[in-house]
Formats: sequence, C-alpha cells, structure tokens
Amino acid sequence: MLENALRFMTLADANVRFVLLGSLLIGATGGLLGSFAVLRRRSLVGDALAHAALPGVALAYLWTGSKALPVLLAGATVSGVLGVLLMQFIINFTRIKADAAIGIVLSVFFGIGIVLLTHIQRTGSGNQSGLDKFLFGQAASLVEDDLKVMSVLAGLIILVLVLFFKEFKALIFDPSFLQSLGYSTRWIDVLLMGLIALTVMVGLQAVGVVLIAAMLITPAVAARFWTEQLNKMVLLAAAFGGASGIVGTFVSSLAPRIPTGPVMVLVATFFFVVSALLAPKRGVLARGLRRQHNARREAQQHFLRACIELQEKLAQQRAWAMEELAIEMGHSPDKVKRIGRQLEKTGLVLRQDGRFSLTEAGLEEGLFVVKSHRLWEHYLYYRTILDADHVDRPADEVEHLLTPEIIVRLEEILARERGIDTEQIINLHGTGSQYRRGGRE
Amino acid sequence: MSQNTHPIQIHDMTIAYHKKPVLWDVDLDVPEGQLVGIIGPNGAGKSTMIKAIMDLVPKASGWVKIYGKDYGEMRKIIGYVPQRESVDWDFPISALDVVLMGRYGHIGWMRRPGKEDRCIARESLDKVGMGDFAERQISQLSGGQQQRVFLARALAQDARIYMMDEPFAGVDAATERAIIDILVTLREQGKTILVVHHDLQTVTEYFNWVIMLNMRVVASGLTREVFTDENLQKTYGGRLTVLSQAAQAMAEQRRGDR
Repeated sequence: MLENALRFMTLADANVRFVLLGSLLIGATGGLLGSFAVLRRRSLVGDALAHAALPGVALAYLWTGSKALPVLLAGATVSGVLGVLLMQFIINFTRIKADAAIGIVLSVFFGIGIVLLTHIQRTGSGNQSGLDKFLFGQAASLVEDDLKVMSVLAGLIILVLVLFFKEFKALIFDPSFLQSLGYSTRWIDVLLMGLIALTVMVGLQAVGVVLIAAMLITPAVAARFWTEQLNKMVLLAAAFGGASGIVGTFVSSLAPRIPTGPVMVLVATFFFVVSALLAPKRGVLARGLRRQHNARREAQQHFLRACIELQEKLAQQRAWAMEELAIEMGHSPDKVKRIGRQLEKTGLVLRQDGRFSLTEAGLEEGLFVVKSHRLWEHYLYYRTILDADHVDRPADEVEHLLTPEIIVRLEEILARERGIDTEQIINLHGTGSQYRRGGRE
Repeated sequence: MSQNTHPIQIHDMTIAYHKKPVLWDVDLDVPEGQLVGIIGPNGAGKSTMIKAIMDLVPKASGWVKIYGKDYGEMRKIIGYVPQRESVDWDFPISALDVVLMGRYGHIGWMRRPGKEDRCIARESLDKVGMGDFAERQISQLSGGQQQRVFLARALAQDARIYMMDEPFAGVDAATERAIIDILVTLREQGKTILVVHHDLQTVTEYFNWVIMLNMRVVASGLTREVFTDENLQKTYGGRLTVLSQAAQAMAEQRRGDR
C-alpha cells in the first residue's frame, strides 16, 4: 500500500500522471457544468443521460468489436441523447410527469445495458473488453489515448461555457425575459444540455454511469453554500470537483480493486457535508446559531416587558422576586433566573438579595419593547385583523421584529385613525394604564 | 413610418394554452404615449396578452404589429417587466447583474457587457432608488426592492414601449409611489406603457387608457370614457360560463379526452 502511495505521490509513473490528470478533468468539468445543471434543476436529467448511455457503450462494442474510447463514447452519446429525447417525448405527449419519465427512461435503458454487458461477458470476451469498468468506473484504466479524447472534450466544454456564460446565466434566471430580447432560449437550452451530455461522457470511463451524476450535483451544491455569485460558484464547484477527482483517485490507487467512481463521490460528499455544516451564511451551524441568538433575544425582551408591566401594576415596587416574574411571564422560575442572569451580564438588569430590578438602560429598552407590543396589538385589533383575545399571541412574536421606523408609522396610524395618544400607552405611576390588554386577564 | 401607425396593433388574435383558448378574437389599437392599464379578473388573460404581443406564447390565430412591423424586427424598442414570482430570487446573482440583463438585447450573442452597459445599468438602479444596493444579492432584497430591480432592468433596455406584468403586486406603498412616478416620467417622454394591474381603486388615478379584459376585450379606450360601472360589470360580474365551458370542451376534444 505504501508503495502504491509513493508511486502516486512522486508522479514518477507516466500512467499515474494520466490517471491524475484524467480525474482532475472529470471533477472540474463536472463541477463547472453541474452548477448550471443544478440551478436549472436538470441534475436528474444528467443522471438519466448517464444511465441511458450504458447500452450505447455495449452496442458500440458489439457492432465494431473495438474498445477504443472515441467509439464507445460515440455509442454512449447516441443512446444517452436518445434516452433524453424519449424522456421529453413522454413528458410532452402523455400525462406522465417529469420525475416518472426520468425514472422510466433511466431504468429501462440501464436494464438493457446490463443485459447487453452480461451477454458480452458470457461470450468470453467481456473481461478482456473491460466494458464492466463503465459501471462503476476505473480510473487506473485510463491510457494516453483516452486522456487525449477527454482533454479535447473538456477543452471544448470550457470554451463553449466561457463564450455563452451570459446566455446560460440569463436562461436559468429568467428565460422568458431572455426570449423577449430575441435570444432563442430553445437553442441555448439545447446547447446547455449538450454540454451536460459531453461532461457525462468525459467522466464515463473513470467514474461510471451509475455515479457520474453525483460528480455533477455534489460539488455544485457544496459550492452554492459559500457564495452568492454565479461565477464564483462555478469556479468553486470546479475546484471541489477537481479536488474530489485527485483525492478519490489517490485513495482508490492504494489498494487493488477499489473502483474509482464511488471513492470520488465519497470525497465530493465530504466537501458537501463540510460546506453544509460550516459555510458562514447558509451553513446549518451558522443558521442554528442565528436562530438561537434570536430566541435568546426574544426571551430577554419578554423578561424586560414583564418588569415594566409589574411596575405598572405596583408602582411603588422597583425590584421583583424570581417567582413574581415567573408568574407574569408564564415561564418556570429556573428559566426566568437563567434569562435574568444573561441580562445582568449585559447590564440591563440588576440582581440584589435574589430580586431583579431594571437598570436605566434596561428600562429604556423595556419601554421600547412594551410600546412595540402594545402598538402592534392596537393595530391588529383596530384593523379588526384579529379579535381582542387573539391579539396577544401574534404581538408576542412580532414585537421583536418591529423596527423604529415601523413603530413611528404605527403611532401615526393609531393617532390619526383612532385618536390614541401613544404617549399614554405606558403608565408607570401606579395610576393605571390607559391601555387595556385584550381578553387574557 | 406613417403617422397613423400605432405602437401596438392587434388583429383577430386568439391564444390557447394546451389547446384551451384563454383569449378570444382580440382586436386592439394602442395609441402612442399612453399609460395603459390592463385589468380583469383572474384568468382573464391579462399576462397572456402581453406575452402574446412579445411572441412569448404562440398565437392560435391573428397577428400583432409593433409600429406596423413584426415583433422580431422591433424587439429592441420593447422593454419587459415579468411577474416578480416568475423567477427564483435565490439565484446567485447581484442586483446589478440582473439589471445588466436589460442590455443583453443590445449586446448580442457571446459578447460581454461593456463599460457603457455597466454605466447605463447603474443609472437605471439610481433612477429606481436602488443605487446603494447594486452589489447586493437579490435574495437579500425585500419584495418591493426586487420589483424595483426588475423595473431598473427594463429601464436599462432603453425602450419605447414597455410591458409590465403586475409591477405593483406585493410592494410597499413607497415602492408603488416610486414606480408610478417613473411610469409617468416615461409617458411624458412619449413612451407607451402597458401595465397589467389588479387594484381597481387606483385605475383612474394611474392610467389614462384602460383595456378591460375577460377572455376577450370588453372595452378599450380613454379611462374617463370606458372605465364605467357598466363595463366593470361586464368585465367582472357574471362569470363567462358559456365561454369558459366552450373552451374546456374544445380542449378536451382536441386533447383526445372525449
């Protein structure tokens, strides 16, 4: 195993260099085109195309007796494209929907391919022909001639992509607008599908028909987590794909009989999982943290509101026991204590002898929260969006989201339409608030 | 171009979706320099009509002329604002990039937007009050801001005729004001603007010409003349049961269901 690793690392072996370059090309083109396929929601079409290519490979071999890559890929392209056309036909002329049509074409063509492969193997020439590598891929089988074919295809793909980047971008974002400008969206779509088909062909031998679609989808989806710009996404997807190709080929070279395709896909999946978890804005972790932060802020604002509302009821008192607040907020005392401690740290609340009181900053923020809450309740109630006894719940949720600008608008509306003096909406002098809360008490 | 050539002439146009007619026998002349509201109930064929003018949906019969010529020859003078919901706003693209698409018709195949195009795109964003949001990813914009970006893209097309599909749908009051101000400015420049519109209350305030639609043209003309209770009743009141039943039957027959 160590020997293999060394042989790989030093690139001494020309064959290793071919294999490495080949898998780099596959991963990179997969990432490039995959970005477009995924955004256009065509990733499964790529999968159908790949599976539909299998009978073409077998028939090309049976017909010509040649196992040269251009011959086999020509066969693959013909049957792959035939599969996609059949799929379109099914969608257009029957009531079968796209997902079922993809499923039908994919399984039927793949089934035919397997039957043909088995037949070839039975006749004895199968192992020598090495056609079985088209199932799961065998990067080690790449030779110089194969690489030439792949390089030409990859170069063509990249050239067309660069030339038509603008058209592809607009096609995916807003096809009817592009068409209104006089561009033929049908033609651009065919071109994009053609590029996706070529990309599949580039990877067929090394990754195999079963898994090549994953090299389209996974790097692209991983890249989407990191950026909001299409050109960056495309380049990043190419980088993820290329890296998956190299690492995957390396790992599968360590021991005999590890097929390359699955390993490459696993490496790409690793990139995807890391991206999905750790990406700064779209990642699961970042979103979870933001949610937690919001929930905490919401709980803290409820705490402040409870303090203010207690002060309205009992004007003489300025500090409250945990239990009093717990009843006011409808939470457990433990939770109240936890929130109180958080607020103590931020300097909005003071704790003395087990009782909480508001600091000046806390009072200010609390008053803002209470005002938001009540203005929103009034607004919902007077606009008869909700009955009085249903008002409190939505206000609880919305009050944290109201910006000062919205508050000013609400004040204007309520003052103008209902004659409400919003200055009187909170009364801390123990003379009772003008405000009556709906139903709950 | 003869003097009596209208910006938009529609003759005997019928449109069918999946063999089901949605617009029957439309005959229309829209004069130049009008701010035109297209109104009618859901399913009346409002969006379909502007899409048919731009050749985005096939016509079952009839023709459309733009200043007396086919759409294909005249598309550079037509600007388009599709419905906001028609695109995926999570697409990885900035507001400026969206507006630049308005230049694609002038740029042509395989070429990139140049300095001048970028300049025009930025000016268009400024006009709709979105200059500070040029680099912002479009999903981070509010609904009203997204609508303004779409309007800016149409402005970047530098057109003489504008087609707008519900530009006021789901926008805030400030955006609605900003959009209508721009439309009025465009009309004052002699441009012709067709706007699919839902809010009947603002029709007389916004539009000086109105097309009332319900699977056929109920009325078309100066707002003060045709926007009457009687025509509103014809447009909205009483479902056109006979017409829609006939359409349904035709569709089923042609699809082979019966």
